[in-house]
Amino acid sequence: MQHGKYRFIVGFLAAPLALYALFVIWPFIQSIYYSFTDWTGLSPEFGMVGFDNYSRMLDDEIFWKSFQHSLILALVLPLVTVGLALFFAFMLNVGGRRRRGAAIAGVRGSSFYKIVYFFPQVLSIAIVALLFQFAYNPNSGAINSVLKGVGLGSIQPDWLGDPDLALICVMVVLVWSTVGFFVVLFSAGMASIPRDFYEAALLDGASRFTTFFKITLPLLWDTVQSGWIYMGILALGAESFAVVQIMTVGPSGGGPDYSTIVLPLYVYQKAFRDGQAAYATTIGVALLVLTLAFAAVVTKLGRRERLEF
Amino acid sequence: MGSTSAHTNEGLGRRDLIKRSAAIGLISVPTMGFLSACASSDSGGNGKVEKGTKSEKNPLGVNESAPLDFVLFDGGFGQQYAKDAVKVYETNYPKATVKFTPTQKITTTLQPRFNGGNPPDLIDNSGAEQMDMGVLVGQKQLADLTPLLDAPSVDDPSKKVRDTLRPGIVEMGQFDGEQCWILNYAYTVYGVWYSQKLLDSLDAKYPETWDEMLAVCEKAKRKGIAGWTYAGKHPYYVPFSLYPMIGKVGGREVLDAIDNLEPKAWEHPAVKACFEAYYELVQKGYILKGTPGLDHIQSQTAWTEGKALFIPNGSWVENEAAKTMPADFGLSVSAPTGIDASDKLPFGTIWAAGGEPFIVPAKAANAEGGMEQLRIMLSESSSKNFTQSVKSLTALNGGTDGIELSPGLKSGVAALEKAGQNVVNPRLQDWYVALQKEKIGVAGIGEMMAGRATPAETIKKIQKYADEAAKDSSIKHYKH
Repeated sequence: MQHGKYRFIVGFLAAPLALYALFVIWPFIQSIYYSFTDWTGLSPEFGMVGFDNYSRMLDDEIFWKSFQHSLILALVLPLVTVGLALFFAFMLNVGGRRRRGAAIAGVRGSSFYKIVYFFPQVLSIAIVALLFQFAYNPNSGAINSVLKGVGLGSIQPDWLGDPDLALICVMVVLVWSTVGFFVVLFSAGMASIPRDFYEAALLDGASRFTTFFKITLPLLWDTVQSGWIYMGILALGAESFAVVQIMTVGPSGGGPDYSTIVLPLYVYQKAFRDGQAAYATTIGVALLVLTLAFAAVVTKLGRRERLEF
Repeated sequence: MGSTSAHTNEGLGRRDLIKRSAAIGLISVPTMGFLSACASSDSGGNGKVEKGTKSEKNPLGVNESAPLDFVLFDGGFGQQYAKDAVKVYETNYPKATVKFTPTQKITTTLQPRFNGGNPPDLIDNSGAEQMDMGVLVGQKQLADLTPLLDAPSVDDPSKKVRDTLRPGIVEMGQFDGEQCWILNYAYTVYGVWYSQKLLDSLDAKYPETWDEMLAVCEKAKRKGIAGWTYAGKHPYYVPFSLYPMIGKVGGREVLDAIDNLEPKAWEHPAVKACFEAYYELVQKGYILKGTPGLDHIQSQTAWTEGKALFIPNGSWVENEAAKTMPADFGLSVSAPTGIDASDKLPFGTIWAAGGEPFIVPAKAANAEGGMEQLRIMLSESSSKNFTQSVKSLTALNGGTDGIELSPGLKSGVAALEKAGQNVVNPRLQDWYVALQKEKIGVAGIGEMMAGRATPAETIKKIQKYADEAAKDSSIKHYKH
C-alpha cells in the first residue's frame, strides 16, 4: 500500500505550498529586500543603501517607543485575555452548583452568557473602536456620564487624551472584543475532558479551585498555549493597529505624546504618510522578528508532558 | 491598509486571514505583504498623448481628443465644484472624455499608479491620506506648472494666470528653484474663530492685547463659559492662531527661522512669551474642561453650542460646522491677539495660505489637459462657483464681487483686508508634516495645552524635535 505514497502527498501539497510560497514567503523575502533600499513608495526608482535603514531604526526614539508598547501588549494582553477567558469558560462549564443530579454544570444561565461573551466577536474591530471612542469622550461619553451619574462627578479623566491612561484604554477594548472568542474556544476544549474526572474529584471532595488547577488546566494546556500565541500575535499585529489607529489621537493615531503608538501603526505611518516605504519595511522586519521570538518563547516555555486520557 | 475590515487586494477578510493562520508569525504578512504588493513593477506603457496645436482658445496646446484622467480628494469641499469645472472642459473639448474619480483614499488609490508609472493627469492631493509632496518633488514625479502660470487667463487673455493669483500661491508651489509644482486651489484664512453674538452678549469686543484676552476669558468664566477650546486630539490646530501670534510678537524672521529649522529658533523670546500666554489660559482654567480628549468635530460642536468663546481654526470650519451652527451665530474670525503694544507687527497680522493642493504628475499621459482643467478652475466663474457653494476663497485674487458672502467668509475677507501686507505663512505644515503635526503638535503643544508640561519644557522638547529633523537625512530640507 506504500506504493505511490509520495506521489500522493506531493500531488496534494504542491498547490497549497506554491500558494504559500507565493503569498507568504515571497512577500517576506521582498520586504526584507526593500528594507535595504531607499524606496519611497511614491516612485518606482530606488537604490541600495545597505544597512542604513537598520542603523537609523536603532537610533529612532519613536521606534523604540512603539516597540515597547507592542511588547507590553504582547505580554499583558494574552495574560489578561486568556486568564479571563479561562475563568469564564470554567464557570460556564464546570463552576456551577450541582443540580438535577448532574455531576458538573455551568452557572445558571450559562448558555445566555456564552452568547453575551461571544457577541463582540461578530462586530468588526473598526466598529468596536468607534463605539469605544464615543464612550471615552470626556465631555459627553458614556463612561464619564456614568461616573457623574453615580456621584463621582469629580473624577472625569480625559481617557484617550491622557498619556497615562490611553494605552490602558486601548487594552481594555482589545480584551473586551477578543475574550469571547477564547471563552468559546476553551469551552470546546473543556467539553472534551471526560466527565468522570470531575466526578472523581467531587467524590474526593475537591474544591472548584483545586478542580480547576488539577484537572481542567492541565488537560486544556494545549488549547491554552495556542490561544496564548494567537492572542499575542493579535496584540502585535492587525488588531492593535486598527484600535490604535481609529481610537487614539494624533494625525494618524498614536496617542498623546506617542503614548499608544505600536509597531504596525508606525509601519503604516512611515509607508503611507511620510513616503518612506523602505524604512517602513525595515520596521516590518523588526515586527516579524518580535512576533517570531514571542511565538518561540511561548512554545518553549509552555512545553509540557502531554497528558493522555 | 487604511481599511480595517479587509485587505481586499489579498482577497481575504482580515479576521479570516488571522483566524486561518493561527500558525506562527503569519500575522506580519498583511503588513509586509501589502507593502511589497505595491512595490516596483516596471513602468508600464509610458504612452504620452500627442500635443495638440496651440491657439488662442487653446493656449496650452491640449490634444482635443485625448482623454483626461482627474482624481479628486472628496473631503470638506465635496466634489460638485470639480464636477462643474469638468463640464466646462467637456464643453470646450467635446471630443475628449474626462474620467473623474472622487475619492477619500488618495494614497491607496494613487500610490500603486505612481509606482506603476501610469498616474492620472490631475490630482487633488489632499486629506488625511495626502501623499508627501516633498517626496514627490524630490523623486521628480511632478510636472512643472510654469506653462500654466504663463498661459493667459480665461477671463482676460492679456493677463497671465500667475498675475491673477493671490499672494503666496505661486511661492507655496515652489520648493527650491523657479519651478512651481503645486497649485493650491483654495485660500484659507487661519485665526481665532468666535461667535459675534456670544461676544456681544458678554458686552465685550475682540481683545487686541493679552491682558484684554484674559479679561474677556474671566468675564466668560463667571458666566460659566470657557474662554477657549481646541481640537484636543489634534492639537496641531492650536498653531493656527499661535504661529501668527509669534510672528506678530517677534516679527516674520522668527517664523522663518523656525521653518528653516535653525538651531535655537524656538528659544526666541517671542516664542517663549506666546507659549507662556497660552499656558496662562490653561492655568487659569479658561480652557473648556475635557478639551484634550475631544477631536476637531467634538470641539467645534461644543464651541457652536456656546460652551466656549474662541477656537483656533481655518476657514473650512464654516462649512464643516454648518450642521451644528445656529443661524444667528454671527461667525467671525479675527487675527490673533498679541501680547501688548511692543509687538513687532500690528494687530491684524494673520495667517492665510493656499490649501487643497492640485498636482500634475510628470508621467501623466495628458499633462496639458490636466493644466487646462486647472486653468478653467481658475476662471472667475468656476472660482465664484466654488466660493458660493463651499464658503471658501480660491487662489484667484478677487472673484468675490457680486456674490453674497456667508458671515464667516465675509469676516475672513475683512480680516485679510485689515491685514494688508501683514499676512504670514509658516511652512512647517507643508514642508515637514510629521514634525509639525505629530511632534510639535501632539507631543509638544498638545501636552502643554493639556497642562501636563510647562512652556519651558515644551520649548526644549520642540527644539530637540526640530534639531533631529534638521539632521535627518531621510527628509528633504527646504529654506525660505
